[in-house]
Amino acid sequence: MTNRHINAIRSVFGLNLNKDTYMSHKITSKKQLSADVFTTEIEAPLISQARQPGQFVIISLNNEYAERIPLTIADADPEKGTIRLIWQRVGKTTAELSDLKEGDEIANIVGPLGNPTHLDKFGIVVCVGGGIGNAPLLPIVKALKDKGNKIISIIGARNKELLILEEQFAGISDELIVTTDDGSHGRKALVTEPLEEICRRSPKPDQAFAIGPAIMMKFCCDVTKKFDIPTQVSLNTIMIDGTGMCGGCRIEYDGQPKFVCVDGPEFDGHKVNFDLMMKRLNAYKSQEQKELEKYKQHQCKLDMDK
Amino acid sequence: MKMTDKERQELLKQLLEKQKAGTLTPAERYKIPPQDMPEQDSAVRITNVNEAATGYTETQARLEALRCLRCKNAPCVKGCPVRIRIRDFVVAVADGDYKEALSTIKENSLLPAVCGRVCPQENQCQLTCTVGRKFKDPTKAVSIGRLERFVADLDQNAESVPAVAAETGKKVAIIGSGPGGIVAAADTRRAGHDVTLFEAFHKTGGVMVYGIPEFRLPKAIVQKEIDTLTKMGVKIVCNFVVGKTRTIRQLLNEDGFDAVYIGVGAGLPNFMGIEGESLVGVYSANEYLTRANLMKAYDYGTGADTPIARSKKVAVVGGGNVAMDAARTALRLGAEKVYLVYRRTEKEMPARIEEVHHAKQEGIEFHILQSPKRIIGDENSSVTAIECLKFELGEPDDSGRRRPVPIEGSEFIIELDTVIIAIGNKPNPLISQTMPELKITKWGTIIVDEHTMETSVPNVYAGGDIVSGSATVILAMGQGRIAAAAINESLAKK
Repeated sequence: MTNRHINAIRSVFGLNLNKDTYMSHKITSKKQLSADVFTTEIEAPLISQARQPGQFVIISLNNEYAERIPLTIADADPEKGTIRLIWQRVGKTTAELSDLKEGDEIANIVGPLGNPTHLDKFGIVVCVGGGIGNAPLLPIVKALKDKGNKIISIIGARNKELLILEEQFAGISDELIVTTDDGSHGRKALVTEPLEEICRRSPKPDQAFAIGPAIMMKFCCDVTKKFDIPTQVSLNTIMIDGTGMCGGCRIEYDGQPKFVCVDGPEFDGHKVNFDLMMKRLNAYKSQEQKELEKYKQHQCKLDMDK
Repeated sequence: MKMTDKERQELLKQLLEKQKAGTLTPAERYKIPPQDMPEQDSAVRITNVNEAATGYTETQARLEALRCLRCKNAPCVKGCPVRIRIRDFVVAVADGDYKEALSTIKENSLLPAVCGRVCPQENQCQLTCTVGRKFKDPTKAVSIGRLERFVADLDQNAESVPAVAAETGKKVAIIGSGPGGIVAAADTRRAGHDVTLFEAFHKTGGVMVYGIPEFRLPKAIVQKEIDTLTKMGVKIVCNFVVGKTRTIRQLLNEDGFDAVYIGVGAGLPNFMGIEGESLVGVYSANEYLTRANLMKAYDYGTGADTPIARSKKVAVVGGGNVAMDAARTALRLGAEKVYLVYRRTEKEMPARIEEVHHAKQEGIEFHILQSPKRIIGDENSSVTAIECLKFELGEPDDSGRRRPVPIEGSEFIIELDTVIIAIGNKPNPLISQTMPELKITKWGTIIVDEHTMETSVPNVYAGGDIVSGSATVILAMGQGRIAAAAINESLAKK
């Protein structure tokens, strides 16, 4: 965003903002949560006011050549005018984002996009988060708790280092089960194992939420389907505009095409064709891997030059 | 007929003398050879993204303008959606008074450099042109669009900023920075209102920037129009999705806007609803063109971060301008073979004749009277082929075009790795969903009073594709202008 645009926003909405010094999308704090997972608070006053649980933003790091990537809004503070993003370093853009420091600015943030989570008093709700999926799950769990639901959380990761937000989940869940694939922390299991046990309980959960890698959501849905428990999943597909214009995010839902950006990002997981979605997610994988390598080498060289 | 520059200059000299003496007859005007558009050689231009058509020389422009019969009733004007005084500007070109020509155009159209390039003239002004009728071919009419482009391009370096009236203190929000939004912003700002232009993307220009490729409409031309708005004092806010970042209600009730113009286009791509449309390698034309244009995916690996399929064999489905744009973009991205699959015949194609001509010249293979029945993928869900059905033309349908009827048992396979669906767009429901009181049609377009473009919600106006479905730049511009006039009138009373 150029200064001209910032000035325009300031003069148009200045009176509505709590802060007089609206200075683009500055990173106000940054933390590394695990080997490849980072979190920042970023100034985005208008988005922080409008945002509801389940929604996301699209960011890009410069105006000319940067790609646009969707990231879920993990939290927001309308008083401070900030939003919280959590991401995993997987491609070039997330690697670049991870190299930004406090005080740096993100060129473009647009949102909040997508539909908010459908919140209700369901009764007993089982919430399953895997890896980076714990980030978008947390605000939903908070909101569900506020609605008076009984929350059973299952959060998992490959290993202890990759597990994020355990403390936060512990604070708001009525029951928390932690799993790791290698047993380095919590129970040695995939999240589907305790999920199945909980589904067998009487009374069984009234509603399930599952957010994480596509493969995890797929298997969670296979479990809950057996027990006929309605299950919401939140999808994170490749997007460009995030407003329904490109159709790149489309999935097959109940045999019909749906756009994750405007019809989602949350869907009834029992109707999502996960196999096809996973293939679409990998459409540019080899190209992107190359770009990431190039970026890493470039950064490496920069570090050596210092 | 090919002429050399020297021959053209000689001819122009003779004709101008006769014109001056008042002895140039209609018969002599008919004999002036229609001036071809100079263009980059097709073999060269498919290796770059620069403009395919390079524009008339001054001699060509004046020769072409002299073909105009100067009809008293000026039928060309009636063919123009915004009623540009075409005859008068063409006469000014013939006289060499390009300033006069430009100011005549600008009375009715703010974006001549754009419209001269992308208007479907053969269905508008050139369809009603007497010269074209005489030759029974609108492409042999006076090339009004090329003349419009010629005078507009002469002005590209000029620094003229329209005068702005004294500040009124009234606030106007324009949603969408496409052609309609640009015109509505300029016209309301000229009246002295405090105007903010909102854009959802990180760059302004709407479809002229993300959709229409550089080789047909250079981005610099659009940017110049945006820069003019900035100089006039229009505030521009990018990365702002009205309906999401803030609703129209909030703009009106909380942010102090007195009027809102919705010019968001019809951006939701249609798909065919056939098997295999979600396979890897199937794009909507919107996605393909946005990756290539806005995100500059042609530079992927050498700067740009947005990838795009590196295709060998591509099929584009559709027969409109967007289909031609997508097909020609695929060629420039290095595809070896590009098929254009269309279920009617070339005659029914909605694309501009010039785009069809350019596409063919560049080697796009036209498959008419065919349509995909399903898209076939491999074990990785990547596209490997399409199964097509052949069609024949039956009775005319609602659109007046003969209905394509499938020929039973005519299925055949085309092997390829990329499919681009370019069969139109429908209105984006983002705004209507967040404003239930806004009345829409069953197709999702916004209902307006056609004299003022005001919607069912007071002080909220709309125009362009979100009102008319998929239409043209010039129509969007015209509606932006009508809405701006109505906004100015309404605000003057408050």
